[in-house]
Amino acid sequence: LRKNVEDFTGPRERSDLGFVTFDITADILNGKNGLQTFIFDWNVKQLFLYLSAEYSTKNNALNQVILWDKIMLRGENPRLFLKDMKSKYFFFDDGNGLKGNRNVTLTLSWNVVPNAGILPLITGSGHVSVPFPDTYETTKSY
Amino acid sequence: RAPVASRWRLGTAVPRGPAMDLFGDLRRMNKRQLYYQVLNFAMIVSSALMIWKGLIVITGSESPIVVVLSGSMEPAFHRGDLLFLTNFHDDPIRAGEIVVFKVEGRDIPIVHRVTKIHEKENGNIKFLTKGDNNEVDDRGLYKEGQNWLEKKDVVGRARGFLPYVGMVTIIMNDYPKFKYALLAVMGAYVLLKRES
Repeated sequence: LRKNVEDFTGPRERSDLGFVTFDITADILNGKNGLQTFIFDWNVKQLFLYLSAEYSTKNNALNQVILWDKIMLRGENPRLFLKDMKSKYFFFDDGNGLKGNRNVTLTLSWNVVPNAGILPLITGSGHVSVPFPDTYETTKSY
Repeated sequence: RAPVASRWRLGTAVPRGPAMDLFGDLRRMNKRQLYYQVLNFAMIVSSALMIWKGLIVITGSESPIVVVLSGSMEPAFHRGDLLFLTNFHDDPIRAGEIVVFKVEGRDIPIVHRVTKIHEKENGNIKFLTKGDNNEVDDRGLYKEGQNWLEKKDVVGRARGFLPYVGMVTIIMNDYPKFKYALLAVMGAYVLLKRES
């Protein structure tokens, strides 16, 4: 599971807005009981995949923002090979905590939706740290 | 009294059948048997209520089983699916989780996914939700001027689900006559059933 990113920030009103571009290369497997098996077994209807950014700021001890998501139905190939993706959702901070924040971590997770039964949330192994620069970009168009 | 003669007259003049046997049963039941049947019925209702209350206590949620009413979480959940919730106090709310919440002042709980959280050191958390099948987040659904949800708005976290089973509740809601008919049939069955 690998990701590469670059980023810029731009302030909107009072809150920082982050822009992130990323690549995702991932193989979704079922890691139950220590064995890695095919994720779409008889009771898996679909996967809800999401890329979330997690970080800490002066204002808030823990922040998590979902930047991108994808629904993967049974029958699709559980491999991702995406390049130059832009975040689907606005990456607003609650305050100005993105500027100069060196410790923003991106993780890929997924919600397994069964045909019937328990709804587990799994976090993929592997994550990437995204440092935000100390200055704002004011003229970049997105 | 001439019981033989009257029975004979009944035998030739009135058609016999299962319906007539049922009413015959009812007439023959004496008061004690009727009370017994009523108590039986009351016991069934009380047990059901106890199980429901027990679930509320175990899960920590005021409504541990909910029916999905809209298509805003498709294709994961469809109208009529049943969701099982827990609401443990120490369970942290994290992005990606499916929560059932109530907007202040509205009765109807909504099932959507948490997309953003901002949590302070002392545990105070504010979060944003969005239906998988919706284009935009839920801010338009919240109260006027409200931008975030808080822990107190949460009814529970979706932990498991069963498809289609909740359709019965939706039908009963949309067609109240069906609900009354069903209750009448169930009541009649329990009251009239005889334990041999």
